[in-house]
Order: sequence, then structure tokens, then C-alpha cells
Amino acid sequence: MDVFGLTLPSYSWETVAGSMISGVFLGALYALVALGLTIVYGVLHIINFAHGALLMIFMYAVYFLWSAVGLDPYVSLIILIPGGFLAGYALQRGVIGRFSHGRDEITLLVTLGIAIIIENGALFAFSATERQVVVPYDFDGIDLGVTYAVWPEIAALAGSLVVTVAVWLFMTRTDTGRAIQAVAKERRGAELMGIDVDHIYGISFGIGAACVAAAACLLAPTYAVHPQFGYLFVLIAFTVVVLGGMGSFAGALVGGFIIGITEQIGRLYLGESLGLITISATFILILLLRPTGLFGQRQ
Amino acid sequence: MNTPTRLIGWTVAIAIAALLPFFIHSGRWLDFVELTLFVSLLGQAWNILGGYGGQYSFGHAVFFGTGAYIQAMLQFRYGLGPWAAAPFAIAFGALVGSFIGFLSFRYGLRGSYFALITLAFAEAFHVLARSLVSITEGGRGIQLTLNQDPAQALSTFQFTFAGPFLSHAGYYYTVLFLLVVACVLTWRMEAGRFGAQLLSVRENEDAAEALGVNAFQVKMQAICLSGAIAASAGVYYVQKFLFVDPGIAYGPGKSVEALVAPIIGGLGTVAGPVVGAFFLHGVGEGAKGVIAAAGTSAPGLDLILYGVMLVLVLAFLPRGIVGLFTNLLGRRGR
Repeated sequence: MDVFGLTLPSYSWETVAGSMISGVFLGALYALVALGLTIVYGVLHIINFAHGALLMIFMYAVYFLWSAVGLDPYVSLIILIPGGFLAGYALQRGVIGRFSHGRDEITLLVTLGIAIIIENGALFAFSATERQVVVPYDFDGIDLGVTYAVWPEIAALAGSLVVTVAVWLFMTRTDTGRAIQAVAKERRGAELMGIDVDHIYGISFGIGAACVAAAACLLAPTYAVHPQFGYLFVLIAFTVVVLGGMGSFAGALVGGFIIGITEQIGRLYLGESLGLITISATFILILLLRPTGLFGQRQ
Repeated sequence: MNTPTRLIGWTVAIAIAALLPFFIHSGRWLDFVELTLFVSLLGQAWNILGGYGGQYSFGHAVFFGTGAYIQAMLQFRYGLGPWAAAPFAIAFGALVGSFIGFLSFRYGLRGSYFALITLAFAEAFHVLARSLVSITEGGRGIQLTLNQDPAQALSTFQFTFAGPFLSHAGYYYTVLFLLVVACVLTWRMEAGRFGAQLLSVRENEDAAEALGVNAFQVKMQAICLSGAIAASAGVYYVQKFLFVDPGIAYGPGKSVEALVAPIIGGLGTVAGPVVGAFFLHGVGEGAKGVIAAAGTSAPGLDLILYGVMLVLVLAFLPRGIVGLFTNLLGRRGR
């Protein structure tokens, strides 16, 4: 195949199918990272640039729990999810909410400032060395015929689905969840009904951070962490969120799978390096052509 | 401040900056000032679009990097002289500006969405610069040949072997010249019709349109000017280091530096980016000095401080350091 003068290799359907399946596993991770971002956007209407930095710092937490205490990354979920929630709650109420004067551009820049602080704090404290959790089962898995799925990939897929469903149940079935939805829809009205908006903002940010903490545990067996780890993931997470529609849970999940598959197919045909262009290209096209995304509401 | 006071202030500042190489003989300190002027230049580019126009770009590296790559590629691949390449590099900065601006503004992207799309463009260019090896040499980067003949220093735009004074201060004057041009352009803009229109678009785009301002055209002009100035910083960078690679050109570092200085110094003021850059780098360098005196090295410490200062300025000084001073001066005058 020739596209724009580039000669694309041709592959058997098994190779393409294998790539798509690994794209689904990758996409599940993207979806989980994006879920946290989309919750924060949906409720607070802020784009949280510190999201990637939070992912990175939680990865370090998983790594040190493993290297110092010997905790398996999946056991760390029990500590990381509540820890992430508290950290997110404190960050929103203590810094972002307090310093942003309620203006979107300022919020964006405050989260960027926090990202710079966390990233370079990690560089300062942990150096640029890559650190990788090693689990005994990281190469075991199931043979799917066209490709081989390892347990960490399967766990990530299952984990993403479980977390998405759990968050959705929380949002629709509990009073706090309904309060969050009320604030997201009509802030002023919710305030008049006696909902403590600042508290709800904190909780929403906390849930977003808890999602990213869960993602950190699920990513840890596969990815080595370093201080710049968050940057690439946050770009992808933005793409997923914009593609799915800012604030939409289903959108984050579907968008995650689409981006994961797109990336793997892009890598297969365009090579490891140029394949990544598919992500930024998708991002730009979605922003231009349909900034509300697949499932987003028109504003 | 009224115009004559500002004019005197700027003349004095430029005169001090121009005379500095005669008094500072330590290469390290002159390098520090030079780097700060470079960041001021990037910051002024960002300030035109972000500070005056209210369009916050999170990917200004795309313009800097394009200027740097065009300057390097025209010499490396097409054998052009550096002086012939520079106008092309700067024009390409404006061209990329018009391309991104046309797409984003035509489709009505504002606020956070504009920030996201500029970030996406910077990343797209980053990937392309890494991948299109036959054009950009890929991840290895482009290394220009070093000229060692003092007689050709001016024609090759390389001052490393240009005699005692030029090798000391040649690049310093290059970046100072570019910064003065950028500041004069910003000042003329601020004083003129275009600046007023740009401010009106920042304050309320719909109201500005209702009053007959062509917001699309005004934003396009701002992003082109901004792109050209950022590209000129890229030209300086390539001539100084004779090297560019995808990470230097399009990595997030330059995008962040470009926006932190004007925000800390004062958005939408001519002096803001310069004041912000000197404040940031002064504090950063001071912190590094303290750490070095303690006998250790601390990667990232200066950047931690940039982040802290960014958050604190956003929280407590919405108009930056310049705003703080004009407030104080205004109060005393009353």
C-alpha cells in the first residue's frame, strides 16, 4: 500500500488482529487514566494538567511499597485508592480551589504549576532513573491464538471495567453521587439546595485522583516509572477524554479503546516512532471537528 | 506610568544591558544574563498572544522549534548561509502560527480547548521531527559544523572563535537585539489600533465583534507575530549551540518556560516577560548556588521553585510583579 509516498507494509489478518487485541488491553489503561480526568472535567469544568503528574507520583508510591515493604502492586490498590482520594481532596480544597479565583484559565495554570512542582519534586527526590516493579507472573498469561495476553494486561482490562462500573454506580445510586451530578449540571442551583459545593468539588477531584491511583497500580507491573512518565500519558488521556466527550464515563471507556487500537495499528503500519502521530492527529481532528466528542453534550 | 517615564526607563535598561559585557568578564554570569534574555524573548512571544490576546498557548515550543529546525536544516541540507536562512526560519514561525491559528480560530476554539490544541500540535511536530529521519535526521538531531576561522565569524554567524570580545559577547548581543526588537514591536502594538483590538478580544470577544472588531483577523495577526518572535529565539538557539534535536525543539520544556515568565512578570505588559524571566532565573540560580555551596547537586530544584512561584503569583498577584509595582507607584502618586 502506498500512502503519501510512504510504502506501508502489508500484514496477515492474524498480525492485524493481534495488534487490535493488544490495542484493547492498552486502551483499557488509557480509559482508566482518562476516567479520572473526565470526572474532574465533568464536575469542576477544569482541565487538570496535574493528572499525569499524579499518575507518576502514585506509580512511585506503588514502586516503593513494593521495593521497601514487598507489597504486590495489586495489594497496593487497598492503600493507594483511599490514599489517592485523600490526596486529591486535599489538593483541590487546599490549593486549586483556593488559588484559582474561580477562573478557568487560572485553574488551568494552577494545575500546570502543580504538575511542574510534582514532576521536578520527583526528579529531585528520586532522580531520573527508571524504576520497575518486577512481579513473578509478568510473562504468564493466556494464548489467544493471534496474540498472547499476559496477566497484567488482563488485570488492567478487568480493573478498568470494574472501576468504571463502580464509579458509575456511585454516581447514580448514592446521595453523594447525585449531589455531584447536581453540582455538575447546575452549580448555583445545587448550592441553593444546601449542597456544600466546595466539599463536592473536593470529593470529585478525590475520585478522579483515586481512579488515577488505581491506574497506577495496574500500570506498575508493565511500565517503568520515571519523573516524566506522566507527560505522555496525560496527552493520551486528554485525547481520550476529548474523543469520548468531556465529562462522559462511557466516552472515556470507548475513547480509551479507540485510542488504544488506533495507536497499536499506527505503530504496526507506521513504525514505533511515527505511529504515535496517530494520537496527536486524532486529538487535533477531534478538537477541530467535534470538540464535544462522541458522547459529549453540546454546550 | 506615562510614556516619557517608560521611555526613560527602557532606554536606561537597554543601555545597561548593552554595556554589561564590558563590565562582566566572567563567562558564567554573562551566560546567565544571556539565558535570561532568551527566556524573556520566548516569554514576549507568548505574551503577545497569551497576555494581550488572552489565547493561552500550551505549545509555544512549536514555533520556537520550527524556527530552530528551519535555521538548522537550510544550512545543513541546502547549504544556505545563516543570514539567508534566518528570514526563512522566522517566516516559517509565522507560517506555522497562521496554520495553527487558522484551524483553531476558524473552528472557534477558545480557552482550555485552544491550550489543548496547541499542546497537541507541539506533540505532533515532536513526533514528526523524531520520525521523518530523511528530513530532520530524527532523534540524533542536526549538528552544524563549527567555524574556527575568526575572519568568517560574522559571515557564518558563529562567534565562538570570533576574537576576544565577540566570542565573549557576540551571542549576548544577538539575543539582546532580538529582545529589543520584540519589545519595541510589542510596545508599538500596545499603543496602536491593533493592540486595542487585541485587548478587546481578550476581554470580551463577542462584545468586540459586535463593535466591529474582526476577532478572527486580530487573533491571526497576533499568533503570526508571536510565532515569528518565538522562531527568532529558535534562530538564536541554533546559532549559539549549533545543534537541535526533537526534544530541545518541541519538548514541553520550552512551552512551559515561554508561559511562566510573562505570567509571573505580568500578563499583557511589555516589561512583564523580562521582569518575570529575571525574577525566575535569579531565584533559580540563587537556589542552585545555595545547593552547590552545600556541596550537592539538585536536578529539578530550580523548576520546583518556578512551579511554586507560578502558583503563588496566580493566587496572590493576578497582575504579576509589574502589576504589583504599578499598584504601589500609583498609590504613592495619589
